[in-house]
Order: sequence, then C-alpha cells, then structure tokens
Amino acid sequence: MIIVLLITVSLTIAVVFLLAFLWSLRSGQYEDTYTPSVRMLFEDETKTDGSKKSEEGAEKSSPLKS
Amino acid sequence: MSRAATAVEQEVKCRHCNLPCGEEPLWFDDEPFCCAGCKMVYEILKENDLCRYYHLSDAPGKKEEVVDQARYAGLDQPEIRKQLVDFDSPELTRVLFSVPAIHCVSCIWLLENLHRLCEPVLRSEVNFARKTVTIDFDPSRGSLTRVAQTLASIGYPPTINLKAGEGTRVIKKDQLVYQLAIAGFCFGNIMLYSFPEYFGIERLGTLRGIFFWLNAALAIPVVFYSARDYFISAWNSLLQRRINIDVPLALGIGSLFLRSAWEILSGYGPGYFDSLSGLVFFLLIGRWFQAKTYQSLAFDRDYRSYFPLAVLRWRDGDWKSAIVHDLQEGDTLRIRNNEIVPADAIMKSEEAWFDYSFVTGESRPVKVLVDGTVYAGGRVIGKPVDLVVVKKSSQSYLTSLWNDQSHKKENEGRYKLWIDRAAYYFTFVVLVVALATGVVWYLRDPSRAWLVFTSVLIVACPCALALSGPFTFGGMMRVFGRHGFYLKNAGVVERLATVNQVIFDKTGTITHGSRPKIDFSGILTRSLRAKIAAVVQTSAHPLSVAIAQFLAVPDPMSPSDVREFAGKGIQARLGDDIFKVGSASFAGCKEETIVRNTTTVYVTVNDEVVGSFHIENMIRSGLSTMIKRLHGKEVAVLSGDHGADRQLLRDALGPETPMFFGQSPYEKADFIRILQEKGRTVMMVGDGLNDAGALRECSVGVAVTDHTGFFTPATDAILLGSQLPLLDRFLSLSKTATRILVASFMLSFGYNVVGMTFAVSGMLTPLVAAILMPLSSISVVALATLSVSAVTLSLRSKQKAL
Repeated sequence: MIIVLLITVSLTIAVVFLLAFLWSLRSGQYEDTYTPSVRMLFEDETKTDGSKKSEEGAEKSSPLKS
Repeated sequence: MSRAATAVEQEVKCRHCNLPCGEEPLWFDDEPFCCAGCKMVYEILKENDLCRYYHLSDAPGKKEEVVDQARYAGLDQPEIRKQLVDFDSPELTRVLFSVPAIHCVSCIWLLENLHRLCEPVLRSEVNFARKTVTIDFDPSRGSLTRVAQTLASIGYPPTINLKAGEGTRVIKKDQLVYQLAIAGFCFGNIMLYSFPEYFGIERLGTLRGIFFWLNAALAIPVVFYSARDYFISAWNSLLQRRINIDVPLALGIGSLFLRSAWEILSGYGPGYFDSLSGLVFFLLIGRWFQAKTYQSLAFDRDYRSYFPLAVLRWRDGDWKSAIVHDLQEGDTLRIRNNEIVPADAIMKSEEAWFDYSFVTGESRPVKVLVDGTVYAGGRVIGKPVDLVVVKKSSQSYLTSLWNDQSHKKENEGRYKLWIDRAAYYFTFVVLVVALATGVVWYLRDPSRAWLVFTSVLIVACPCALALSGPFTFGGMMRVFGRHGFYLKNAGVVERLATVNQVIFDKTGTITHGSRPKIDFSGILTRSLRAKIAAVVQTSAHPLSVAIAQFLAVPDPMSPSDVREFAGKGIQARLGDDIFKVGSASFAGCKEETIVRNTTTVYVTVNDEVVGSFHIENMIRSGLSTMIKRLHGKEVAVLSGDHGADRQLLRDALGPETPMFFGQSPYEKADFIRILQEKGRTVMMVGDGLNDAGALRECSVGVAVTDHTGFFTPATDAILLGSQLPLLDRFLSLSKTATRILVASFMLSFGYNVVGMTFAVSGMLTPLVAAILMPLSSISVVALATLSVSAVTLSLRSKQKAL
C-alpha cells in the first residue's frame, strides 16, 4: 500500500504550499507590487557627496519612471 | 500668431511641476518656478538636502491647489485623532494617510524619506497601488497636525476622511482571494484523485473508496467556505422576493453537493465533486476579475474630504482651532479663502463673497455685507471673513446639504441588470424542466427519478451565464478605464448602450474647465500681476478663474466697488485706480487684435490699456467632430451661464444643436426629467459640481474632470477631459459589449441545452459533467475576452491619433 503513503505525502506537501500561500497573502506581500521594486534601488546617501551620487542615481533609475 | 509661436520657443518650464512659467518666472537657486507654491516646495527640499527628488524623474511635482495648512489644525482633537490613527501609544503613533498626489518614483522616494524633513517621523512607507502612506511618528516630538502639514507643505496634502468604513471593502476582497486559493487547491487535487475514475481503471480495490472519501473531504471547504457567498446572496435575494443570478447558482452548487454526498455515502458512485469544485473555482475567478476591475477605480471619492474638520474660533483672546461639531451658537469664527463655512452664521466683516455652487449649483458668487446671513456650505472667496455662529452644525449636517434629497434618486433601481432578468426566467425554466423530467422518469423508472431530477439541476447551473457578465462588461470597463473613462459598475455599460440623448453642460465640459494656455501681451510687473489677480478673483466666470490661476497670486487683496457686467467684464477699484478687465468693447479698446483660436481679455487701468490676456480657445479640441459622429442621438447643451459664449458654441457645434442658457441646477434636472418622461434615455455630461442634480437624474451621468484624483460627486462615470473626443466611440463600444454579452449568453444556453439532453435522458455521468461544465465556462470566457479585445483595438488606434 505504498500508494497510500505517497498520496498522504503529496497531499501534505500540497497543504503546506497552500498554507504558505495563504500566509504570504495575509502578510501583505501582494498589497503593493510596485513600491518594493523601486525602494530597493534607493541608496542611502550621505550628505557630503550628495550631488554627484544623485546624478548617477538619476541615470540608474530613470527607466523606472512610470 | 507669431507672438504665440515665440512664446512657445521661449517657454520656461517650472522646475517643480513642469508647467510653463509664463512671462515672469520666479527664480531661486538658478531654477525657474511658475509660482510661489512650487518654489516653496523646492526651497524646503533644498534646505533638507532632498533634491534627489528632482533627479529620479523629470519635474515630478504636481501643482496642487494651495492647500491651507490650517485645514489640518484640528487633527489632534481627540475625537478626530481617534478616527484617523491606527495605533496610538505615548512613544509611537501609526497613521495611514491617503495621498492622491502620489504618482511616480520621486514621490515614493520623498515620502519614504519624510523622516529627514519632519523630525517626529520615525518611518514612512508608501503603498503605490493604493496611494497611501503609512507613517510612524513619535507623538512626544510632534503632533499629527504637524505631520499632515509637512506633507501638505511639500505638495502631498493628505485627504482627511472621517469615514471609518474605509477598511471593510479591502478585507472583503482579501477574503475573495482566500476563497479562490482554497477552491483552486481543492479543485486541482480532486481532479487528480478523479483520474482513475475518468479512465475507468478498475483494479483499484479499496483505493477507489479512499479516493472518493478524499474528494468528499476536499469538497467540504469548497462548498462551505469558498462558495459561501453564493448561498448567502441567494438567500438574501429570496428574502426580498427577488431572483438574482446567485439563486440558480446556489441551487446548482447545492444539488451537486447533496447528490455527490449521497452517492459516496450510499456507495452508488463517485459523485460530481470534481465538477463542483471546478464550478466554484471558475465562478470565483469571475468574481475576482470583477473585484480587480473595481479596485482600480477608487470611485466613491469622498466629498466629505472637502469639509472643514476644524475652524479657527476666537477663544480667550486668540484664534484657536475647534472641531466643527463643537461649535456653539455665538462663537466667532474666521474662515479663509476657499474654506467652507461650517455653520449658518452672521457676517462680522465688512463684506465678502461666497460661492454657494456646492449647495445651490449657482456658480456666481454672492456678496454678503456686514450683519448679513451666511449659510453653511458656502465657500469663501478672497479675504478671510469673521463670522458669528447662529446655528449649531455638524459634519452630518454639511453632508446632508450636499446630499440634498431632491438631488438623489434611486437611479439604479429602475434598471434591472440584464443578467438578473435572465436569471429570473432561467430559474423557472430549469425548475419546470427538472420537475417534468422527474415526473416522467418516476412513471418509467421510479428508482432513478430523483437522480435524473438532480442531474438536471446540476447541469443547468448557469456558471457560464454568471461569467459572461464580468468578462464582457468588466473587460470593457477595464479598456475604458485605460482610456480615461471610468465607470462605476457594469450596469453603466448596459445603460450607455441604450443612450439616445446626450446633453452637455458647457463650462468644464465643452469648454476647458481649467488651465487653458494663456499669454499676456504687455508688461506684467509684479504689482500689476497682484492687482489683476485681485480683480479677477472676485468673479467666478471661467475666464476670470483661468486668469486667476495663470497669475497664481497666493493671497490677493480685495478690491472695492466691484461690478461684474455679464458677458462683458469686471470693473473694480484698487486704491485710486479703476481696473477694468474684459472684452475689447468693455475695456474701450479700439483695435482688437484677433488671434485665431484665442479669446482676448483686455486690462485697463483708468481707461488706459495696459495689456491683454490671450486665452487659448476655450472649446476643447476634437469636440465638434465628435458631436457630429454622435449620429442618431439627439444632442443639446445646457448651461448655467448667461449665453456669453453662444456664438462660440454655435460655431463649434453647428447650428442645429439646441442650446439653453441660464439654467439653474434645478431647471437642468427638470429638463432631463421631462425628456425621460418622454421615454428618452438621457446621458448628461457635465463637470459634476454644479450640475450634480442633473447628473443623478439622468440615466447615465458622466462627470468630466481635468485632474485625475479630483473630487467628483457620486456619478455613474468619470471621464478625463482630454478623452472627451472619444465619447462617441465609448457609446458605440458599449452597444457592442451588449451584443457580445448576448452572444455569450447564446453560447452558454447552447451548452445548457446539450447538457440538459444528457441529463434528461439520464446519461449525465460524472465524466460528461466534468468535461461539459468547465468547457462551457472556458469557451464563454474566451469568447467574451477575445471579442472585447478585438472590438477595442480601434479605440487604441484612435487614442494614438488623439
């Protein structure tokens, strides 16, 4: 009756994935799919070399314009 | 003509908002600015080393109407604070602000760096999709008011909305996704365990029973959780003695489940759990699609956000902010420019102008002298005004003013949705067929009679019927939305299809509501600018408003002896000078320079011409050809103005278009009522402010707006001003959408007839059901989606041409 064991295992794994999905839903991962993609590109600037760095940043992030 | 051309060449664009700066830009830090507001934002950002804002995207600022900081003064009143904050402790307060101005990468960057600008802020997080920002701040270091004011000062004024119910809809949508996820999961697994049955594999032994029971177990959450809403909705509609589409659906799901459960329990067969879960899964996909369509249209934008939360009240020798519903009779208030009078009151200032257009719809400001009565809902124009309250007021009283009962009418009730009408007949036909076959089989073979009876109910479940609506109308709504035409719900598409009379409001619809291109010829010195602004701000004529916007003087003086001559101009005294702003004949100007497509407004000081404004033709481009394309539909123009532009409109719209001027909002509403009593289906296109009553009265009320994210009262649809020339396309596409819907109904009925023949003849095996039911759903969805995208292709090319 190995097949019963296999079915149990497959169903268990499937339920784990379902729960993982429900958890990701509950934790708000699909709330806003745009901001995080932009946010990760913002650098932490320091005050001293602000101007130069920001120009680099402008080039880098210009394709992100919506 | 040549002047206009050179002006374009030399045009300097504002560093902040990218709008032309006009003749005399403000310079700061070698950058040009169009107005003090934009410059101020730049200065604040510069000071805090946040100029990266301007590098992330080009001119990311939005020129907002100057939002008075005092608007936010009352936020820290305990009652208001309680409604706004999500979490409150002595160290940390969390608040969610809705900020409609969020639109680009720069916005996200700036708002998430708010802590560098506003000391109490600890952390801020933007939700781009919802246009909200969640702010954690330390209440011991700064107040909620301060946070809101900081946001407003950098051009992101939060909308304050005391409606507590905002969150509920979001939860509802989340629940739908859970339901969909669980239905999908169960559907997949049940299918898997049904395969042996599909292929007729015999040598399974006890395993067969295990599979059956697994299927039954997996189907329980599908019926009792995922499909729950269908039963609830069906029950509610039966209680109201109506039949909507959910009734036959619930009937189908219910009989599927009971029949299958019986088959498993009695060991008769495998049941229809696969069809059941598939059905629910497809239905929920339809719902989810619908929810997504609505989500992108944050429609019921709340006019309450315009109401003052707090006003300045004279208490203990100082102006302090007070909440509106705390106002007592006898309180002295100070109301500033553009603020709304919160309660009926008596004037204490010498004179002031009030705009009651929100209440009465009349856009001409009313002058009130000292000791005159001022009614709640009026908007102050010009200088701050001091008032004494004579009648207590509350937020709800103000709301009721704008919701004037005579303005409201059960618009929706008159139109029963196609789908619900279809469901009504459908349910009866199905019940009759099921009973008839049950009786026939009872006579022939009583043991199978009730099996056949349930089979008919199962196969007749109008899943495809329920899907065709969301995918046809929903798909159409999404396409419309992408082209700047936002509908409130799917029913609007149906009503659009039947429109045979179109009525346009003039101001803001046929003519530009805001920000036409303006040139000034002459020398516009700063003092002259301020003086002209002072004169034009006394008038609500569209040209005056346009000039006032162009001049952008934040706090204009108030002139004396103001006289407005309808259709001619305004005359006013400032110091010793008499200013006249108006047409050539009014200003006494002999040579009138005529520039094509522009309206010229002359300015004289003591009868000497000092210059003139050239305002780009106020009629929207592409409008006249669009109106010609509205063939077969009657067109009329209703305007609250006094016919000054009659000739202009006649030229643009052709002589055959009837026009009615000087219409009050009530007359407009009556006009539409009479037409509808004559059996016409009327669509009204207006700016949604002073014709709100008419918009509600008619079958389809469309509000035209030039700003996205701008206030429009509850109408059926919102149309971006630039998209107005596509209106005829939208109408004909709605008609096509109805045809597509009928076609997919036919298709779905076709499947039902095939399924019924199986069921009636007693041959509906689980395999047949498992093939037939998803097939019908999928083909209906495919038909709807493909044909909607096919017919809307033309819209895309039109859009490009625009």
